Amino acid sequence: MRLLIGFLFSFAVAAAFGLGLTQLALTRGTAFGAITIGAWTAWPKTGTSDIDPYARASIARSGELPMGSGDGVAFFASSDDSGRALDGRCVVTIAGTTPAARFWTLTLYDLDGRLVSNGAGRYGFTSQEIARRVDGTFEIVVAPRARPGNWLPTGGIDRYVIVLRLYDTPVGVATRTAKDAPMPAVTASGACA
Amino acid sequence: MTRWLLWLLGGLLLGGIVHLATVLLLPRTATQDAYTRLSGTAPANSITPLPVPTPDDAPLPFMDPAFATAVCRYDLAAGPLKLRVPVSQAYTSVSFYGRTGIAYYAINDRAAGRRIIELDLMTNEQRAELPDDEEVTAADRLIVESPTPTGLILIRTFGPEPGLMPMARRALAAAQCRQQS
Repeated sequence: MRLLIGFLFSFAVAAAFGLGLTQLALTRGTAFGAITIGAWTAWPKTGTSDIDPYARASIARSGELPMGSGDGVAFFASSDDSGRALDGRCVVTIAGTTPAARFWTLTLYDLDGRLVSNGAGRYGFTSQEIARRVDGTFEIVVAPRARPGNWLPTGGIDRYVIVLRLYDTPVGVATRTAKDAPMPAVTASGACA
Repeated sequence: MTRWLLWLLGGLLLGGIVHLATVLLLPRTATQDAYTRLSGTAPANSITPLPVPTPDDAPLPFMDPAFATAVCRYDLAAGPLKLRVPVSQAYTSVSFYGRTGIAYYAINDRAAGRRIIELDLMTNEQRAELPDDEEVTAADRLIVESPTPTGLILIRTFGPEPGLMPMARRALAAAQCRQQS
């Protein structure tokens, strides 16, 4: 009897621990081959045949098709530079420059990869439609209410992810630091609706 | 007490195996992967334009709304495939995905170096059966080998601003994906 209870206990621990670990790894993302620059993280190997088993399982589960490395690389940010999770009720600015690329797009998604719904019907910007300063730097304001300049509406969503996609870019598997890839700063101003 | 600690330790070790097994087996058992999602709408070996993603409805998660996208769901069982994509004015890319969504090859208009991206897609076996004559080795014939007999080709054209999206979609309409006869 005690043996049976022991086995059952063991199996319960195994199931909870094993499945929990899998769930955690697939939802949080893993550090294998990740490039983190400021608030941004990219997994360039996920766009090649060298993809790691965790990313493989993750895309099979979500149905996502990762960007091929011959196409470009996608950087994800779900928190600001100080590590606070992005909140759609607050004002967040994305400012600075981007790494060398033929062009880029910046898009807001919810955590499941759906576009963030808003009244203006604007889901992102491309590098060719934003207004820039004289020195070529730009500032995009992500906020629930209309703002002057490059305004990206959040529709008041709770949590969201910013995806910056660089197309036809030298940034990739060999990139290590911010010197190779100067990413824009992501700053939450603290002003919330 | 020690006995329970041992049972716990055994459970944790077994849990590690469960974890590795589920991660490795998941791609083969997934029911919501990109290939399965597109199977209902995209017939095999032909080009299907995908609808523009909206917050309520998108064919796949994390699609870039600045692009017009078309998919060719391929099945190489009956023979190799010929792909022909005229490039658009802005930017065109062609990405190849295996059955479980692994991006094994991608090329853009600049890398292709001309107005039309032309490719032959085949399995490793079909490649091995090709005769070794000069026609095959000719530099202008780009051959891509698919690691799986089925998969997806994603053709994407860039619309730099919303007003240019119709142009991007028109460019896609001329793409061809068909079985070689």
